Amino acid sequence: MSIYEIVFYLFSAVLMAAAVMVVTVRNPVYAALSLVLAFFSSAAIWMLLEVEFLAIILVLVYVGAVLVLFLFVVMMLDINLAPLKEGFIRYLPAGVVVALLMAVELLTVLWTKGRFAEGAFPVPPPNPPDYSNTKAVGQWLFTNYLLAFEVAGVVLLVAIIAAVALTLRHRPGSRRQDPAAQVRVQRDERVRLVKMDPEPRQGS
Amino acid sequence: MSETFMDQVLYMVILVAKILAILVPLILAVAYYTYAERKVIGWMQVRKGPNRIGPLGLAQPFADVFKLLLKEIVIPENANKFLFLLAPVLSLAPAFAAWAVVPFDDWAVIADIDAGLLYILAMSSLGVYGLIIAGWASNSKYAFLGALRSSAQMVSYEIAMGFALIGVLILAGTLNLREIVLAQQGGVFDWFWLPLLPLFVIYVISGVAETNRAPFDVAEGESEIVAGFHVEYAGAGFAVFFLAEYANMILISALTALLFAGGWLSPFEGLPVLGDTILGEGNIGWFLLKTVFFMYLFLWFRATFPRYRYDQIMRLGWKVFVPITIVWVMVAAVISVFGLVERGV
Repeated sequence: MSIYEIVFYLFSAVLMAAAVMVVTVRNPVYAALSLVLAFFSSAAIWMLLEVEFLAIILVLVYVGAVLVLFLFVVMMLDINLAPLKEGFIRYLPAGVVVALLMAVELLTVLWTKGRFAEGAFPVPPPNPPDYSNTKAVGQWLFTNYLLAFEVAGVVLLVAIIAAVALTLRHRPGSRRQDPAAQVRVQRDERVRLVKMDPEPRQGS
Repeated sequence: MSETFMDQVLYMVILVAKILAILVPLILAVAYYTYAERKVIGWMQVRKGPNRIGPLGLAQPFADVFKLLLKEIVIPENANKFLFLLAPVLSLAPAFAAWAVVPFDDWAVIADIDAGLLYILAMSSLGVYGLIIAGWASNSKYAFLGALRSSAQMVSYEIAMGFALIGVLILAGTLNLREIVLAQQGGVFDWFWLPLLPLFVIYVISGVAETNRAPFDVAEGESEIVAGFHVEYAGAGFAVFFLAEYANMILISALTALLFAGGWLSPFEGLPVLGDTILGEGNIGWFLLKTVFFMYLFLWFRATFPRYRYDQIMRLGWKVFVPITIVWVMVAAVISVFGLVERGV
């Protein structure tokens, strides 16, 4: 057994345990943190597959940005744990049906003798030492898949603008500060220096 | 696999030795950075700074460390114990892990990977977890408010920093930190600070904000929310947060030196007389000198500027820095397309 396999099984075990914890733990903060662990372990497994670009992007985007916002929301909500447990029996039949369906789908794919049978995909030859996944991804994105890449960019831009447009409301009567005006303010606008003679003391 | 199991084990041992060769000096640097901070700010404010322990107070950092380590670790009664103890580790680990791709010289780098810049970004975005978890697990309002403030600040300034890095990678044409430095060859005016001047300034300022240092230290604003996210930590837990903060400051300084100031390259390179002497050769000394200069800026800022108000910080990040960086990324693209800046020599 090589060291690669030890690392692979280690991270796989952590990934499985974390994934199970996401759906089983009671505390939603723990669930979100387990999801972080699951993403991180899968990034490590991708790293073993020599796709370092995708692995780092997974950590950067999902762990570093998306789940931070998740965690924000979960922590800010005052979640009462008791009602969360109540619906368990009620939703159990629907959950079991969905789980069974997914299991059947997965097994049919795995057991099909045609496309996905064992041996249909031989082990790919190892990449040469100077192979760089980052360069390869960049070259494919900006040559063969340029259109799809740009369309994805436009879709994201539309999503950003939509998010801003949906949440930007000018309520009448709300008072807000203008930091630019505050920064620009000069001394003369706030302080008036007055020259005056000293007044005689009262009562003398 | 042609290599045997023993080869792999040996490789791991050498790797651990390399990691220690970076981490031990880093921890020492953190210790003396705190000393330098107190001395420099002391001089700027016409005080003496620490001067009692050892000659010139040079043993002060060790006295501080032993004091913190020997203190009792207090865990608040209503805190979430597991997360409370995990949080300092989560903030320290990314601060150390990012050093794996930092090239100290042309040959001195642990992992010379092509996605180096992305790796740095990923690691620095992980640092925010230690902070949020510390604030939440403490089960204290001050700590939670501090955690929310500083994580919102870090997430905001990461965007401006990311755009600044995009400008660098457009000009360098690579994500590999070693090749980014090599793309800046040719003397002080060939470094990226000149064509990317606005991005350089924004990167330095965002770096200060990203590490929650003065004047952006509202996260720990003593007068408002006691000490921010680590208010409930005592002894070793606090020491680890402290270590992480200073390691991050050194990391940001080192990155500024690498990305905008030519890393280990000599400023005299290519000059007629000086360029031919040993001063014209690039070596690790230049890199350390530049890093120390940017580290000094952190201290200088802290002694100079009053603390920003929170809404001003958010305005500066989102409404000033992000638009400027977007415009300058386009300018960088134009520079790159028309070949106005030579990539290396």
